[in-house]
Amino acid sequence: MTDHEQFADDLALYALDALTGEDRAKLEQHLATCPACKLELEQLRGDGALLALSTMGPKPPLRSRQRLLEAVTKETSASPTPASATPRRSWWGFLGWAATAAVIVFAASLWKENAALRQSLASSTSQAAQTTRELEDLRRIAAPIIDPEAQRVTLVALKTAPQPQGKAFYLRNRSSLVFVANNMPTLPPQKAYELWLIPSQGAPIPAGVFKPDAHGSATVVNPPLPAGAAAKAFAITVENESGSATPTMPILMMGAGE
Amino acid sequence: MSSLERHGVSQDLAAVTAMKSGDQSALAELYDRYSSVVYAVALRVLGDTGAAEDILQEVFLQLWRNPSVFDAARGNLGAWLAVIARNRAIDALRRRKPETDIQDVIVSVAPDLAGEADRSRAAERIRGVLGAMPAPQRSALEMAYFEGMSHSEIAGKTGEPLGTIKTRIRAGLMTLRKAFQT
Repeated sequence: MTDHEQFADDLALYALDALTGEDRAKLEQHLATCPACKLELEQLRGDGALLALSTMGPKPPLRSRQRLLEAVTKETSASPTPASATPRRSWWGFLGWAATAAVIVFAASLWKENAALRQSLASSTSQAAQTTRELEDLRRIAAPIIDPEAQRVTLVALKTAPQPQGKAFYLRNRSSLVFVANNMPTLPPQKAYELWLIPSQGAPIPAGVFKPDAHGSATVVNPPLPAGAAAKAFAITVENESGSATPTMPILMMGAGE
Repeated sequence: MSSLERHGVSQDLAAVTAMKSGDQSALAELYDRYSSVVYAVALRVLGDTGAAEDILQEVFLQLWRNPSVFDAARGNLGAWLAVIARNRAIDALRRRKPETDIQDVIVSVAPDLAGEADRSRAAERIRGVLGAMPAPQRSALEMAYFEGMSHSEIAGKTGEPLGTIKTRIRAGLMTLRKAFQT
């Protein structure tokens, strides 16, 4: 403990910015690894503050208040709005399908995980605010894929008609699935498409029922799935609107992992 | 903490929180509460009203730009502002760059000094403690605090050994601390 004794006096000087040279360097080095001394430093600064608080004098001139508020107004109007939407959009633009998919699945799984959390954190203001912010950020990222208003474009080689297309993004360890479809033919009424997770073993697992919108697009987000199901492939069949527990032949679309 | 102290702290916290959303009237509120302390310290160090005014501006602008420093204030914004005012004033006096980032200046003070009455009572008490201190101790403290002299400069001026100055300053701060420990 001789170390601390040696530093005790130096700490007091340091608190008043009166310690210089080698002594100062040595103390700063010590402070970097000593929480007890850091705490004592705070207290010593507080003791110093008492000196400051003992001063008395005339009140500041009235114009100072006005001057401050004017300076603040100028600063506020000059600085740009701290909106971070723009940089995020350009980042979004750089993402390829794979990276986008990873983000979407992550987002979807977080939504799932956080549903319960959101309730319990509702009373803790700052934490809830942060979670909300994060969720909103993620929602914003996911929006172009999930939102029915979003524009979907399928690019095909010229001189061919756009084919029905589906992409499934699946995170097995979170049982998180996001599925996006384009150019799906309209179905007769009372019929719907059903997505299936084809496991390596066992019967196909229902993974969501969907109907395409007027543009032939559809999405399925986080359907209930058994935990940890390994997917060999995904497939689509046509079923009745209410869905089916087993697929009705023929299989319309299928794909195995990339 | 007494309920009075709690009241002062939560008032400051409310104002700082409002400031974070750009509420200028919250800044004005804090200015009205603490500008006299900041100005008095700056004036004591610099001895010039114009220079003291500049420090006053600077300190509150810094608070406006970094409302998060309230955490460094450990709930006593008045004390923290006084320390920052003193530091900035010394920097101006000695024409040097700030020694520490204001975010790193953490100040822990026991008595709550949000209310004007509390503060002037505390100030009187501190002056009493200072008055009762042995003269060399008080003068070493004042040289370090209000003139920004280093320990070697004080030793040089007083003709005392370095070690003595170090011990004296620490003892002085401890005396002040004890006076406010309940």
